Amino acid sequence: MTVATVSTEAAPAAERYLTINNIEVIYDHVILVLKGVSLNVPKGKIVALLGANGAGKTTTLKAISNLLRAERGDVTKGSVEFKGNRVDQLSPNELVRRGVIQVMEGRHCFAHLTLEENLLTGAYTRSISRSGLKDALEKVYHYFPRLKTRRGTQAGYTSGGEQQMCAIGRALMAKPEMILLDEPSMGLAPQIVEEIFGIVKDLNQKENVSFLLAEQNTLMALRYADFGYILENGRVVMEGDAENLRTNEDVKEFYLGLSSSGRKSFKDVKHYRRRKRWLS
Amino acid sequence: MRFFLEVLISGLLSGVMYSLVALGFVLIYKASGVFNFAQGAMVYLAALSVVGVMEKGAPLWLAVIVAFIVMTLFGIATEKFVLRKLVNQPPIALFMATIGLAFFIEGLAPMVFGSDPRALDIGIVDEPIEAILNRWGMVISKFDLAAAAIAAVLVTSLALFFQYTRIGRALRAVADDHQAALSIGIPLQHIWAIVWGVAGFVALVAGMLWGARNGVQFALTFTALKALPVLIIGGFTSVPGAIVGGLIIGASEKLAEIYLPPLMQSAFGGNFGGIEGWFPYVLALGFLLVRPEGLFGEKHIDRV
Repeated sequence: MTVATVSTEAAPAAERYLTINNIEVIYDHVILVLKGVSLNVPKGKIVALLGANGAGKTTTLKAISNLLRAERGDVTKGSVEFKGNRVDQLSPNELVRRGVIQVMEGRHCFAHLTLEENLLTGAYTRSISRSGLKDALEKVYHYFPRLKTRRGTQAGYTSGGEQQMCAIGRALMAKPEMILLDEPSMGLAPQIVEEIFGIVKDLNQKENVSFLLAEQNTLMALRYADFGYILENGRVVMEGDAENLRTNEDVKEFYLGLSSSGRKSFKDVKHYRRRKRWLS
Repeated sequence: MRFFLEVLISGLLSGVMYSLVALGFVLIYKASGVFNFAQGAMVYLAALSVVGVMEKGAPLWLAVIVAFIVMTLFGIATEKFVLRKLVNQPPIALFMATIGLAFFIEGLAPMVFGSDPRALDIGIVDEPIEAILNRWGMVISKFDLAAAAIAAVLVTSLALFFQYTRIGRALRAVADDHQAALSIGIPLQHIWAIVWGVAGFVALVAGMLWGARNGVQFALTFTALKALPVLIIGGFTSVPGAIVGGLIIGASEKLAEIYLPPLMQSAFGGNFGGIEGWFPYVLALGFLLVRPEGLFGEKHIDRV
């Protein structure tokens, strides 16, 4: 398999934080979804996982957080390591205790709980005092002031943006080191998406939380991420610094809808041939 | 008027007995979104294990402890062998599993403890309270009053538990969204074992009270049927709803039994009796038309 690499220095072993080695995921014992994905998230960075529908972004995240088993998926090959320890056999509960938490696609707030109760459930794995809990809440409210004003509302009655904030805030309550953030922009107005990505960057810099961010909104993700991987059909087809990816001709053409040579006639565009090189 | 009050009060008190059974349903429904068809069978199992152990010569308190252990183990086993395999499956799959569970208990419990009807003496006698009888001339059963008090304590503590504790919040979270609960590190296994254990405890209390009143027999499994209209009126997801629903059913069925037949007789002629048997279900049907989520149930929230 050839991987088009855009300026990657191999991360030194000491810097290894979250490492995924060549994992293969099979659903229902027959559907091969990931065909050997390897990636690396350095400490304190935002790494974007990009690709079209069905490329395997969500599956990759769930393989890390071990939510796959509940969906009849199985990691059949490869390994996932966090801070040098293998974590692929841990329960999600144990993984959250170790500092890795997933914010699922489609937000998944607890509709009948108030926003504040939603946040409080996030601290389930932590044994902290009442005042510690209050401090943790205040911290989340500091980043998401909007949640504070609506904290007594049932989550089901809040807007999509507020629910996304609630989902991220809920994850923060677990005091994670690493958040696996799945498609935060889904179904949200561009302005809200901007706001949420801004907060993600803020959390990354001030709280030193690392992010692995699965996104379809390639341009937005590359603007905020440090590093990016592009998935296609269950394989990493390209990886590199966000800056380099953004200016890469192929990425521009296939994912950003830009082209340096101006408008082209449709019949001249041979997408499939160039893609084929990646897929073989 | 005195007669009316007497009927009303005895109805309310007997309604509390329905609430106790309904409470078990609510607990499991709240925490897993599953209508637990086996709740009636659990009431039977709990009552049977109390009398079964007492027949071996153990005192009541010991029998209750043993029964509690039985119910807790049963809860844990249910989680381990039935529910764990069904995470993330549609609610109907879980519902079907509870039907299987009900048949399993109904077969197993008599095999272990014997199937003949037996009396259960829990030390509270079913006789009128003399003070009230002398003062106001009303017959209020000591047993009913004690049962109501027990139910009140149980309900209050459960409601507080659900609303304000960490585990209680986690239980409600799991009910809303299994997967999201899993993703933030709530261990479904523990939560379900806890909730089935608590539901088992509620079944134990209900089983002892019902068993003491009607005898411990297979018919105890049918108490679940009376809980159904209680749930529909009170709402499947509300602990206080189970109580209010029980009170409404208890009071209305007794009042209907006394006051409806003369009215119906004058309207249609002929004899009417046994209204108590079907009245709650008609009432529940009416509620389904007007307020399907019940008085206190959670409304289904849909994004539009």
